[in-house]
Amino acid sequence: MSTATSQTDQDKQAFWQQLQSFVGKEIGPPQPAPDEVNIPMIRHWCEAIGDNNPIYLDSAAAAASIHQQIVAPPTMLQAWVMAGIKPRVVSGTSPYEEMNQLLFSHNFTSVVATNCEQTYDRYLHPGDRLSMTTTIDSISPEKTTALGTGHFITTRQDYFDQNNQRVGSMLFRIIRFRPAARKETASNAVRPRPATTHDNSWWFDGLQNAKLFIQRCTKCQALRFPPGPVCPTCVSMDWEPVEAVGTGTIHSFVITHYPQVPGLEYPLPVLLIDLDEGVRMVMNPIDTDIADLAIGKKVDIVLRATDDELTLPFAKVHK
Amino acid sequence: MTLLSLTISDVEIGQELPPLDIVLTRTLITATAIASRDYQEVHHDPSIAVERGSQDIIMNILTTNGFVGRYITDWAGPNTFIKSVKVRLGVPNYPGETMKMRGKITATSGNDVTVVVTGSNSMGDHVTATVEIVLP
Repeated sequence: MSTATSQTDQDKQAFWQQLQSFVGKEIGPPQPAPDEVNIPMIRHWCEAIGDNNPIYLDSAAAAASIHQQIVAPPTMLQAWVMAGIKPRVVSGTSPYEEMNQLLFSHNFTSVVATNCEQTYDRYLHPGDRLSMTTTIDSISPEKTTALGTGHFITTRQDYFDQNNQRVGSMLFRIIRFRPAARKETASNAVRPRPATTHDNSWWFDGLQNAKLFIQRCTKCQALRFPPGPVCPTCVSMDWEPVEAVGTGTIHSFVITHYPQVPGLEYPLPVLLIDLDEGVRMVMNPIDTDIADLAIGKKVDIVLRATDDELTLPFAKVHK
Repeated sequence: MTLLSLTISDVEIGQELPPLDIVLTRTLITATAIASRDYQEVHHDPSIAVERGSQDIIMNILTTNGFVGRYITDWAGPNTFIKSVKVRLGVPNYPGETMKMRGKITATSGNDVTVVVTGSNSMGDHVTATVEIVLP
């Protein structure tokens, strides 16, 4: 199957190497803070946040504290170098933009911030004048999250004072992702189609006609599943379908939560059922509480149409 | 309001911080965005926020950091030195929500104390933060 967004392994490898080439790159020249650390900005921040710690605005209280003088709230670190209402003018393209264009061209078009980690080397005082450098710190391999599939991008910002001493740093992580398909309701999403071939379509046709078949070698009589052209026991290519009785036992099961595929309901149990004839099939349960699933439990196999074109076997687990 | 000033002998692992509930008004969300020089429209312009797929304006990340810092010193007082604030972001903070801040001491070593802070609203955790502080 091929879709517009599918890639060969080779393409993926090339894309990954291109992405990795951005790691460690600095994004343009250091950004200077527009103003020195100052009382009015501290006051606006403390009022808006409702922060009554006196060391930020009350000189006497600050002098009596371990800080010995007025300090800025440490979590204001980033605010001192924010560009403000006018976007910064960037000359040329920065590695960051080039990286984003590369991600965009691979349909990683959405972005959400996930982590922000600030570390403070010292508290800032009114009069400190900061500048900031930004480096692409790391790029994760492709990950699938509830939001969609994408790459986590971590940038590192280092903040320096007027003496070029580092005063703090910040790791900022975002995920650039392809949005996951919207959760569709059972009414408008159909179950994914099975991959049918010349060698197995007869089995799915049997289900459409309300018959669950097992393949039997006409030479050595061995039963086999899934359907295939050659007997794995005696390599004969002669076979016939026999109808299953429709009873079995849970051999094993998992309950899947993510990633979610439209047309299926989650959490979705997936069972391996040993049919009493001796072959093993994979199927979902029906009319069964998840709590009633257990290895070794007996099941009845029920054929149920999931839509007009598809009928599948389901396991109804005995209480 | 007089803040207490804690020392290392006042704290122990497992101790919980006093809860703090922050009512997130539209004024608070815009005032904190502007106080942090963050003029992105999603923090003050509801129609643009909706156009970009949000249900309303959302509180900015700098403010999330600010509230975590405030929550720590509201409890520990002016002699706290905050070494680091590491936040993991969850659901957005919309106007009309209340962010319930809770915290617990998870580690101490000498004068170093680690506090895990959560801020949750009606939709779940907005923030889970690990804060490292030094107390006298």
